[in-house]
Amino acid sequence: MQPGVDVSHRAILYLDDITVSFDGFKALNKLTLTVDSGELRCVIGPNGAGKTTMMDVITGKTRPDLGTAFFGQTIDLTRLTEPEIADVGIGRKFQKPTVFENHTVFENLELAMKTDKRVRASLRAKLEPAQRDRIAQTLTQIQLAADADKQAGLLSHGQKQWLEIGMLLMQEPKLLLLDEPVAGMTDQETERTAELFKSLMGKHSLIVVEHDMEFISSIANQITVLHEGSVLAEGTLDKIKNDERVIEVYLGR
Amino acid sequence: MTSGSQVLGSPSQSLFGPKGWAALGAFALVAVVVVPVLFIVVPADSPFHLSAYFVTLVGKMMCYCVVALAMNLIWGYTGILSLGHGVFFALGGYAFGMYLMRMIGHEGQYQSDLPDFMVFLDWKAYPWYWSFTDHFWYSVLLVMLVPAILAFVFGFFAFRSRIKGVYFSIITQALTFAFMLLFFRNDTGFGGNNGFTDFKRILGFRIAEPGTRAALFALTALYLMGTLILSRAILRSKVGRVLTAIRDSENRLMFSGYNPLWYKLFIWTLSAVLCGIAGALYVPQVGIINPGEMSPANSIEIAIWVAVGGRGTLLGPVLGAGLINGAKSFFTQSFPEYWLFFLGLLFILVTLFLPKGVISIPAMLKRAKP
Repeated sequence: MQPGVDVSHRAILYLDDITVSFDGFKALNKLTLTVDSGELRCVIGPNGAGKTTMMDVITGKTRPDLGTAFFGQTIDLTRLTEPEIADVGIGRKFQKPTVFENHTVFENLELAMKTDKRVRASLRAKLEPAQRDRIAQTLTQIQLAADADKQAGLLSHGQKQWLEIGMLLMQEPKLLLLDEPVAGMTDQETERTAELFKSLMGKHSLIVVEHDMEFISSIANQITVLHEGSVLAEGTLDKIKNDERVIEVYLGR
Repeated sequence: MTSGSQVLGSPSQSLFGPKGWAALGAFALVAVVVVPVLFIVVPADSPFHLSAYFVTLVGKMMCYCVVALAMNLIWGYTGILSLGHGVFFALGGYAFGMYLMRMIGHEGQYQSDLPDFMVFLDWKAYPWYWSFTDHFWYSVLLVMLVPAILAFVFGFFAFRSRIKGVYFSIITQALTFAFMLLFFRNDTGFGGNNGFTDFKRILGFRIAEPGTRAALFALTALYLMGTLILSRAILRSKVGRVLTAIRDSENRLMFSGYNPLWYKLFIWTLSAVLCGIAGALYVPQVGIINPGEMSPANSIEIAIWVAVGGRGTLLGPVLGAGLINGAKSFFTQSFPEYWLFFLGLLFILVTLFLPKGVISIPAMLKRAKP
């Protein structure tokens, strides 16, 4: 287990001058971004702006060519592997809902649950009553209690999105990265998701990448606009909506 | 034991149902009591007498069944296709074969201290790696340790470099092929292309004695049962659920905080050791081990057993190994030239029409009936 994250200076995530290039193409170009503890940050931008690459850098999937990425004051993300980053408290939801399709909903949550995840511990692992309660609680939270024993592959697209969010919550992360969490959801599901995210704010920090402007306006206070691998604009919804350059490259007139 | 074919059940269920345990008990009784009695006690002219040929054939097939189970752990459940599992089987066989060679003593053709092939090469002493192989327990240790070390080292570098899918399969083919070439050389010190044969004794008992054969048969049957129970226990534990998660979505698993490397290494090394022990039981029963066991085609055949039986099911691979080897001994006696065609055809048909293997036939029939 890694030490806890130090947020004594308010910020939980520091990306500083991050550059990532693939065959000369700069997916991220001196990206600098700070997210405060407990904040819900929305990240928008046209396709290819570097949103997913940014998440890849934070979660250890891609190593930056230049720049630093710190989680709190002390944890250097560029030195950790994916499982280690998950272990220090960063959870990630993929763009395409990714759950264990052959496992039941219950087993999906069980696998994600924060616990000792080494082989030896898993050989002996037995669910304690408190852990069962924790899973039951999350099942209710993501409205899948009735489907606990259903194979995850049989869920609807929206339900899979919820299950994946539920799996993130089971990890008890400090920071959640959510890549297009409401894609493919019905309006009602989208609304419930917005409520869920707002209830997580404060206790967790969230970074939400979305295209759905309506959804963003229902949850966001701070928005970052990415364009060509760096930050184009940052601020409240109103400020962003009236920013000339943002209208130019993303929102349209 | 219908429960074997289900997808991982809920964690609360016991290892086997009452029917499953009863079937295992019946199998043990047959292997340890019935077969030896029919083989040794019942006179040869009785219709109930079992021949040495039959006992050897079934004993050999049970060794293959263990290999299929081991392959299923890594391929069926973890999604890593090894096309080199024959090398672990053969190394286990060679490790125990060294002991058997030394137990020949002076009964070889040249009546020398050394095995015939070393006399033939004009060697004056055993090479260093033959040291202590005249001790039974040391060779038993080697049977497990040699496949384990090879699998661990090979697996560590392959899995750490995140070599996956067809690339992994190809380098496992290369691995077994390289070992085959190495063992073909006379200078390697394992009998070259003849390998080891003409075994005489094991722990002082003559190998050709019916009692020894019956004991080896019973031991193999118990080992097969043990492997089945162990596989089941692992698959029902959380490790089993992590392994299938590696197969289905390794990325999700990594971002959930698991390091797949150690899980893969665990099951890969265990699988290799299971094969090694199977090889060690195979050699005294069949009476020969040579580098042919390491040929790439042999390892591919192991994968076919599992695919035909039903990968990702507990009993499917056992069924597949049994069926194909039964068919093989029929074909190679009656129509030897058609065997490979038949095997290829069977593999294609099963892949196309029975992706879950022959073990899924009963469930399919049940569903077809309204």
